[in-house]
Amino acid sequence: MTDPTPGPAPAIPDLAQYRRAPEGTHPPLLSPGYASTVLRAPKDPLIRMPHTLTEVTGPLLGEGRIGELDHDLTRQHDGEPLGERIIVHGRVLDGDGRPIRRTLVEVWQANSAGRYLHEGDQHPAPLDPNFTGVGRCVTDDDGRYRFITIKPGAYPWRNHPNAWRAAHIHFSLFGRAFTQRLVTQMYFPNEHLFFQDPIYNAVPDERARQAMISRFDLDETVPEWALAYEWDVVLTGRDATPLDADEH
Amino acid sequence: MPLQVTPSQTVGPYFAIGMTWEDGPYVVPEGTDGAIRIRGRVTDGEGRPVPDAVIETWQADADGRFDHPDDPRGPASGFRGFGRCGTDGDGGYAILTVKPGPVPGPGGTTQAPHIDVSVFARGLLNRCVTRIYFADEADANAADPVLSSVPEARRGTLVAEPTDDGYRFDVRLQGERETAFFAI
Repeated sequence: MTDPTPGPAPAIPDLAQYRRAPEGTHPPLLSPGYASTVLRAPKDPLIRMPHTLTEVTGPLLGEGRIGELDHDLTRQHDGEPLGERIIVHGRVLDGDGRPIRRTLVEVWQANSAGRYLHEGDQHPAPLDPNFTGVGRCVTDDDGRYRFITIKPGAYPWRNHPNAWRAAHIHFSLFGRAFTQRLVTQMYFPNEHLFFQDPIYNAVPDERARQAMISRFDLDETVPEWALAYEWDVVLTGRDATPLDADEH
Repeated sequence: MPLQVTPSQTVGPYFAIGMTWEDGPYVVPEGTDGAIRIRGRVTDGEGRPVPDAVIETWQADADGRFDHPDDPRGPASGFRGFGRCGTDGDGGYAILTVKPGPVPGPGGTTQAPHIDVSVFARGLLNRCVTRIYFADEADANAADPVLSSVPEARRGTLVAEPTDDGYRFDVRLQGERETAFFAI
């Protein structure tokens, strides 16, 4: 080769790999019960990627992006939104139960009538002028997050006849590494609609599905003010030892 | 015994209210020396635009360093490294950034300049992970341990082509010339 090439990057020690979620944890991309997957799910097999420096690092964002009321979805307008006021709280952990500190948590949701503040949402339910449905916060030194919001309503969609989404709050999490990036949905206990919700049911493993359901938390309720739900989010953990040389 | 990992779910059709930031597409501010614009389109199995996707990027700075405590080479550079852009009605996205430098790879190898990409969309129950490489880095690409692990016929789907102000990188979720995606 005659072309000049950039000098090699200086070598670094091999890096501890993040664990891969067990089979059945994440939904298969092609899940025909959820009709929109059919033309969007890649069909070629995924290629196993080693966790290099690019994957064991990741954006550490948040501190400068959080406004004072971003965690309180009931106080972002002149008046209070209609609906059942709730506290949603929990921890962001890695797979070994260690808290993920100072990490950005983003949420978005429908209002209490089951309508999103989005032009694409044509569900004939009222918008609430006092509810945007968007929140963010950064976890504390114990990995804790806490939002105040209203309980989102269930809403119809056109996936199959008489289809309704189980009530949920969307959560977006970064963790500390590109490998840990996760967007998921938190559900509520005592939900009647799981049986016909193909997004919830796309997760093959029963225990994994249960991990998306929050717990009613009497201890965290505020008397005469709000009920509370607790939900921990677990991102992948990291192996203690670097990748074996023969796995490269 | 590791804890039960929380499963992934789709971002759904309305993620734009929560996941878009005004400065998301700007890994570097407009006017930065050496800035490049990476543009492309996200299309589905019938070649139609995907107007409700979001592209996220993560990369090293021009010297191949990450602003992260797990980069073993020392102090942070202050480079954000992260970009995020929702697609428009035609499936288009654009990220303003700088071209990353080469990054150390496993076993003393060197990785060609590359950008990690997550694609989220309605209809994707988990993110699709891919990488952007650069067509004008042919020698470095040939020696890259991750690109080399992709079947030769599919490698081209990861290589962004130069344009007037940067590079073009399309994401074909399914079908003809489907983008190579990784399990991570």
